[in-house]
Amino acid sequence: MSDVLVVSILTGPGLARSDAATVGFGRQVAEKLGCEVDLLVVGSEPAAAADEGAKLPVRRVLVAKHADLADGTGEARTAAIAAAAQQGDYRLLCAASSTNTRDCLPRLAARLGGPMASDVVEVRGADADAIALTKPCFSGNLLQEIELCGARNVATVRASAFDAPPETAQSASIEEVQLSGELNHPRKRFVELQKTELTRPELTEADVVVSGGRGTRGAEGFKLLEELADLLGAAVGASRAVVDSGWMPNDFQVGQTGKVIAPKLYLCAGLSGAIQHLAGMRNSKTIVAINKDANAPIFEVADYGLVADLFEAVPQLTAAIRAAREAS
Amino acid sequence: MKIVATVKRTPQRDTKMRLTDGGGLVTDQIQYEVNPFDELGVEEALVLRDKLGGEVVALAVGPDAVNEQLQTALAMGADRALRVDTDGELDPLQTAHALAGAIEREQPDLVLMGKLAIDSEQGQVTLMLAELLGWPHASFASRVEPAADGSSLRVTCEVDGGLETVDLDLPAVVTTDLRLNQPRYASLPGILKAKKKPSDVIPLAEFELPEAGLRITGYRALPAREKGEMLESAEELAQRLLAKNLV
Ligand SMILES: Cc1cc2nc3c(=O)[nH]c(=O)nc-3n(C[C@H](O)[C@H](O)[C@H](O)COP(=O)(O)OP(=O)(O)OC[C@H]3O[C@@H](n4cnc5c(N)ncnc54)[C@H](O)[C@@H]3O)c2cc1C
Ligand SMILES: Nc1ncnc2c1ncn2[C@@H]1O[C@H](COP(=O)(O)O)[C@@H](O)[C@H]1O
Repeated sequence: MSDVLVVSILTGPGLARSDAATVGFGRQVAEKLGCEVDLLVVGSEPAAAADEGAKLPVRRVLVAKHADLADGTGEARTAAIAAAAQQGDYRLLCAASSTNTRDCLPRLAARLGGPMASDVVEVRGADADAIALTKPCFSGNLLQEIELCGARNVATVRASAFDAPPETAQSASIEEVQLSGELNHPRKRFVELQKTELTRPELTEADVVVSGGRGTRGAEGFKLLEELADLLGAAVGASRAVVDSGWMPNDFQVGQTGKVIAPKLYLCAGLSGAIQHLAGMRNSKTIVAINKDANAPIFEVADYGLVADLFEAVPQLTAAIRAAREAS
Repeated sequence: MKIVATVKRTPQRDTKMRLTDGGGLVTDQIQYEVNPFDELGVEEALVLRDKLGGEVVALAVGPDAVNEQLQTALAMGADRALRVDTDGELDPLQTAHALAGAIEREQPDLVLMGKLAIDSEQGQVTLMLAELLGWPHASFASRVEPAADGSSLRVTCEVDGGLETVDLDLPAVVTTDLRLNQPRYASLPGILKAKKKPSDVIPLAEFELPEAGLRITGYRALPAREKGEMLESAEELAQRLLAKNLV
């Protein structure tokens, strides 16, 4: 029997929303193959996440615990996952797409000698020969249909494209993964992680995202967008031009090279909608764009568009929503 | 420091790729360039060489056509070019094996690669190569600071939660992110000089490759979004969002 292993690389005490969605993906494949799904949690303090994972519809939870996995390097995580892979017979090893997983799963694929699919958005089929998946390509402009034909295969998954399965009444069993010795590469040392201080929800977790482009002229315009974001309980995002200018931290960037998100509402202003930006937000449920150029490409994907100067329109929008809320 | 910078030939960055009726890619009239992330890698290699001495080798796996992109790297300032010749489509693991074969011959101190090729958007060949070589890696670099003696690098990486710093003892693989540098343009004298720089070709058959495990079976357009509505004022927009329970 060759099963599916869903990998969660822990960055906090619990599982991320994207991990549960990846279990949803794993179950889709497993149902087609008639096999089981296991969950692997990787971290230095994984106990709480393991308990959480045991409530998901998985056969068992494997726990890879090691001091080297605290601020884990990609090499250490590769070693931990490879060790876990020996505790089962896995045809597919997968994880939610993030900088952490992109920093280790290709290494894992090479170690296992199998192919990999990055940023999967659809399961088309799976049988004894191949696992058929779909992924974006060409700056998110097209979808590519691919097949993984290895004995062991690896994938990163776009969590926003899959639903988290409901929790189960029974708990899955929890098993430890045997890890011995150093996991880090002898020639690599972790120095520090400078975390971006967040005062608002995280981009990939938020239902509403308010985002700005070069047209904000930096702090001046972002102040207006942040007021709107706070009223809506929204996360704040930005285009590459904004991050390149140093107006916002790097992990606020939405797009091909930034975060790929699909919130219920994506509201942006002063942002042109370049192909690489659209790649990161075009699957949002509702897109609203404010731009003073009626020909800006962002309007091609917007559900609601407003041709206006953001310095006037954004405060008006905030005021109108606030007034309506106070009146009700 | 001897540095290899890998170069992939990809459609120009703002190209909107189109499909034939049969679901194939329309490839005529497409202009190609050096994958934008590889261009950043070539630039960083030149900066490091000019600081520490050594040479920069531009390396590609692909058919004759890729010479155009290798010439661009030479025109930017790379010292020589090396191409592993193949007309066939390789999957990422096979490409990594071909690159590893060439790199084992070259024995560089550092391999600089784009974090992602903007055509297939896999972001895999990089770390697969590092694993095959047994070297450490740093992904998504926005800053590369060499030690004075050139034996190690301090690399700042753009990660989801902020910025991560790691130290690598060479040899190592580093992948580039957008804010690493501003690639130079090839100058006219640079272009003329490039034609005289050494350029070698190795037949793919000299390396042992695994079987292809990844098959591309077709392409599809994105699901279309419904045509949106243009509104007249911020008030009207607010009313619409409120009426739809979006805010
Ligand atoms: C390899 C590669 C990867 C990339 N990855 C990304 C990515 O991940 N994310 C990303 O965002 N970009 C990415 N880019 C960059 C992308 O191509 C664009 O350059 C960038 O998105 C433009 O940002 P912008 O829309 O803020 O700026 P601009 O394109 O300059 O647009 C500014 C807009 O603001 C409008 N405006 C100006 N003033 C006002 C005002 N007062 N009121 C209202 N509107 C106003 C203008 O009409 C204009 O449409 C990438 C590029 C490359 C080559
Ligand atoms: N055929 C190739 N020749 C040279 N380098 C390549 C080739 N394919 C991929 N690469 C390198 O690997 C990086 C990641 O590619 P990919 O895994 O296809 O996204 C690219 O930015 C290149 O630096």
